[in-house]
Amino acid sequence: MTEGDAVNGVNRDGSFAPVIAGSALGATAAPATPRNVPNRGGAPNESIEPMRQQFATAVRRVDVVWGETTVVVDPTRVHDVIRWLHDDPSQRYDYLSDVTAVEFRDLEQPLEVVWHLRSLPYRRFIRIKVLLERGAALEVPSVWDIYKGADWLERECYDMFGIKFAGHPDLRRLLMWEQYNEGFPLRKDFPLRGRFSRSEQLRQALAANPEARYSKEELSIADAFEDLPADMRRRLTTGERTGE
Amino acid sequence: MGLSPRPDTRLIDTSSNEPWITTKLDAFVNWGRKNSLWPMPFGTACCAIEFMATAASKYDLARFGMERQAFSPRQADLLICAGRVPFKLAPVLRRIWQQMPQPKWCISMGACASTGGMFDNYAVVQGIDSIIPVDVYVPGCPPRPEGLLYGIMMLQKKVANERSGDPSLRNEMEPDPDTQLYIPPSVIDEVSEPFGNSIHQTRSGL
Repeated sequence: MTEGDAVNGVNRDGSFAPVIAGSALGATAAPATPRNVPNRGGAPNESIEPMRQQFATAVRRVDVVWGETTVVVDPTRVHDVIRWLHDDPSQRYDYLSDVTAVEFRDLEQPLEVVWHLRSLPYRRFIRIKVLLERGAALEVPSVWDIYKGADWLERECYDMFGIKFAGHPDLRRLLMWEQYNEGFPLRKDFPLRGRFSRSEQLRQALAANPEARYSKEELSIADAFEDLPADMRRRLTTGERTGE
Repeated sequence: MGLSPRPDTRLIDTSSNEPWITTKLDAFVNWGRKNSLWPMPFGTACCAIEFMATAASKYDLARFGMERQAFSPRQADLLICAGRVPFKLAPVLRRIWQQMPQPKWCISMGACASTGGMFDNYAVVQGIDSIIPVDVYVPGCPPRPEGLLYGIMMLQKKVANERSGDPSLRNEMEPDPDTQLYIPPSVIDEVSEPFGNSIHQTRSGL
């Protein structure tokens, strides 16, 4: 069975289909380190031309910096663009490297949300950006339905920047504890030492229950609950505690 | 302790070959304690790497009676906090300290555990002594293994000089039930004041 028959890394018979880097380029394409890459300009990513044909109005700007292509797209179409990059057989961006955001010191500049996508079969890298204007709602569509790996990346981005990812199944804080209420630490208006006094910060931190952090859903126990042995099911339903 | 200063010849036959000594009970108990500390590493950062070097063959913590490292607070009597402690970890560290049985001691290893170090920011506890009582602070970023060994030897001296007649040594920490703090908030704020270069930092990015 060839790799092309596989859907999301799974063959039709259910077996695991590894993605081989550069496999879509043919046997002659060897990995190469780019040389003499100009700082600005140069040939953009090969996905740009078909993207312009597909989403003529959504593509606002294309920059090439050090050989890496950045596309600024319309916030309302970003989910469609990423869906197309993932699904289209001529693109196959199967790896989401990162979801993050950038805020600039200049308060006039819009806040940026950035997706880093990589196509292993075609050996391509693309950076998608969305500009969120000042004063507008900080909300972008979640790509969790396309890449399951976006789950924690989007939670971290929400935790640090306060950007809402519409459609995310479980948008909670990831790095700070869930009851943290001082704000979003990587925003430029956030003081480095936080907003509260040290004693108040410590009081709030010590009030957190370290055992309450993981939900049954997060540990995927809920899915497997019926398959567990009876005694383990009984202990879990009565709220078994460990340690103390 | 009511014992006669000289061995009572009615109780001990000094003419036999049985070996015997007289000593103070404190000296005997403390001698045992200081030479059989069971350290529990609470390693969160690069200080833990230096702790590993201290425990490994070249510096060999076992020479000081710490052959057995405890990885459970229930079977430890020395907590070595090596590395920065973020606020999210504060209740965990507090819980681990409370799980350790008496007698117990704590070494704060490195600048971050002792004062917050370079991490004078929103996420890091400014010295673990605001969460749990600390016996010995080891400075350094990170301290060399010799530094940690020196701190451990200082703690051994402290253990050797403890008096069993002083019950306050074994008092369990009792945090305020409302705030869970065991020292007054004003003291925490005062000792957490920025110092050195960090007072010149811009307090926000704007």
